[in-house]
Amino acid sequence: MTTTKMSYDEALDRFEPVLGLETHVELGTASKMFCGCRTMFGAPPNTQVCPTCLALPGSLPVANAQAIESTIRIGLALNCSIAEWCRFARKNYFYPDMPKNYQISQYDEPLCFDGYIDVEVDGETVRIEIERVHLEEDTGKSTHVGGATGRIHGADYSIVDYNRAGIPLVEIVTKPIPGADRLAPEVARAYVTELREIMRSLGVSDVRMEEGSLRCDVNVSLMPRGSSEWGTRTETKNVNSLRSVERAVRSEIERQGAVLADGGRIVQETRHFHEDTGTTTSGRSKEEAQDYRYFPEPDLVPIAPDPAWVAELKAALPELPSVKRKRLQAEWGLSDLDMQAMHNADAIDLVEATVAAGAPAADARKWWMGELARRANESGTALAELPITPAHIARVTELVASGALNDKLAREVLEGVLNGEGTPDEVVDKRGLKIVNDEGELSAIIDEVLAANADAAEKVRSGKIAAVGALVGGVMKASRGKADAARARVLILEKLGVSE
Amino acid sequence: MSAITRDEVAHLARLSRLALTDDELDHYATQLDAIIESVAKVAEVAAEDVPPSSHALPLTNVFRADEVRQSLTPEQALSGAPAVEDDRFRVPRILGEEA
Repeated sequence: MTTTKMSYDEALDRFEPVLGLETHVELGTASKMFCGCRTMFGAPPNTQVCPTCLALPGSLPVANAQAIESTIRIGLALNCSIAEWCRFARKNYFYPDMPKNYQISQYDEPLCFDGYIDVEVDGETVRIEIERVHLEEDTGKSTHVGGATGRIHGADYSIVDYNRAGIPLVEIVTKPIPGADRLAPEVARAYVTELREIMRSLGVSDVRMEEGSLRCDVNVSLMPRGSSEWGTRTETKNVNSLRSVERAVRSEIERQGAVLADGGRIVQETRHFHEDTGTTTSGRSKEEAQDYRYFPEPDLVPIAPDPAWVAELKAALPELPSVKRKRLQAEWGLSDLDMQAMHNADAIDLVEATVAAGAPAADARKWWMGELARRANESGTALAELPITPAHIARVTELVASGALNDKLAREVLEGVLNGEGTPDEVVDKRGLKIVNDEGELSAIIDEVLAANADAAEKVRSGKIAAVGALVGGVMKASRGKADAARARVLILEKLGVSE
Repeated sequence: MSAITRDEVAHLARLSRLALTDDELDHYATQLDAIIESVAKVAEVAAEDVPPSSHALPLTNVFRADEVRQSLTPEQALSGAPAVEDDRFRVPRILGEEA
């Protein structure tokens, strides 16, 4: 099936996009939402299930206190109001990913509501309003067998693993976001990025998009320029990376633009994002909320968070990422541009940890944003995934500061650490990388170099001090980079009886 | 006027993936209508000062600590399944859905 598309620029010339984002965050609790089963990712199938999460007769759910607390903390971090009283609701649907035939969720009484976060895009601050934050349970994982595509359509049957069923899942829903205009894809990405960092700072989830502990559904609609009536929206699922969030928004704008320009209508439906092509394809038509036949969950009692407790949780929130970035930028004396580059490279926490381990900020930044960013790029991994720690970098900067290493040797040390040869000190020992600061040894090397370069030595002696560079170069070469160049220069001039 | 139409019953049956015959639809539409009318009687006695309730007991905040408890073994978990494959529950083809 081919999809007609309009160029992004043309679509934006004619239409204005309205965004909406629904983000699911799997909480990092030890046990599930309503039972004591483990929540480990990647466990063998159906090893983390019990009568409650399998919906066996006679079992009853009991809410996980930690999950309630984490959800309230998320709401507070997103500037939400916290419900004084709210309930869980049953969302009824016929689908084997939940053995109960319904999912316990929240409907018209979310735990947190009416919040906002500010994100920075292109130097501008965009306020994203949060409609609601509610708590529900994750579903099981279906694998479709047979058929050509491995998808439900055309499959012969499905097999289901319920390990994930019942893991606490927080859904964060934005209000519609008009006005992002041409920056809509970037705004969507910046929002999910900020959300991910907030979750990390709260320590409520490991927010790994590739493992599905952070998932995003992207709603997009277009309205003709000059109109104030919003168009029909589609909801794109299966958006599994920050880059995909941006691409999915762009792709839907291009597709919807073409449909509308051709006089067609947008169908309200679920669409699926395809990582390989960067496009979306049609899924099922979206159910109406009434088809889910929501009703208050009779197996669970209402939640009524004590306001004093909520106030305590609020007072104990950690410094939020946007506040922290501003503070660090001031402390490190960096420009907006430099700070943004570090933010984009996910380097801020690493640099901060390196500084905490004793390195000067400038050095920490130099290594993470220079040599290490280059290595991460080459190997296609995230900076934080490199097999090197902030403590390692701090030690290398210490060795450079003390004169034991120069920059060239330091890079070799980093290479050794990245190769798994051990700590910086172990790499220095194993590879013999210490600068030659034994004066006797250095002196001997200089004598050899002077003897081998009599011409250059004579020039220096006769006053052409610039020629000393060649001699220092010779010393560095003879020492295989391990000499202290500055010290070598001083010694050479001394030996030749020249003063500057 | 009836509280639930035959079309609504047919829609509910479809949502529940129940294949009902025309006779069954008529039968259940009549029964469901009677049930809804009976339940509606409760609304007649509900006064302004009686908040709607969803639970028999006036309890709030019943939580459990976030502690791991023993799960079933896969053999136990799958022992009642009509069909099993690769330690997973095998279920029939899911019709009318696309994911």
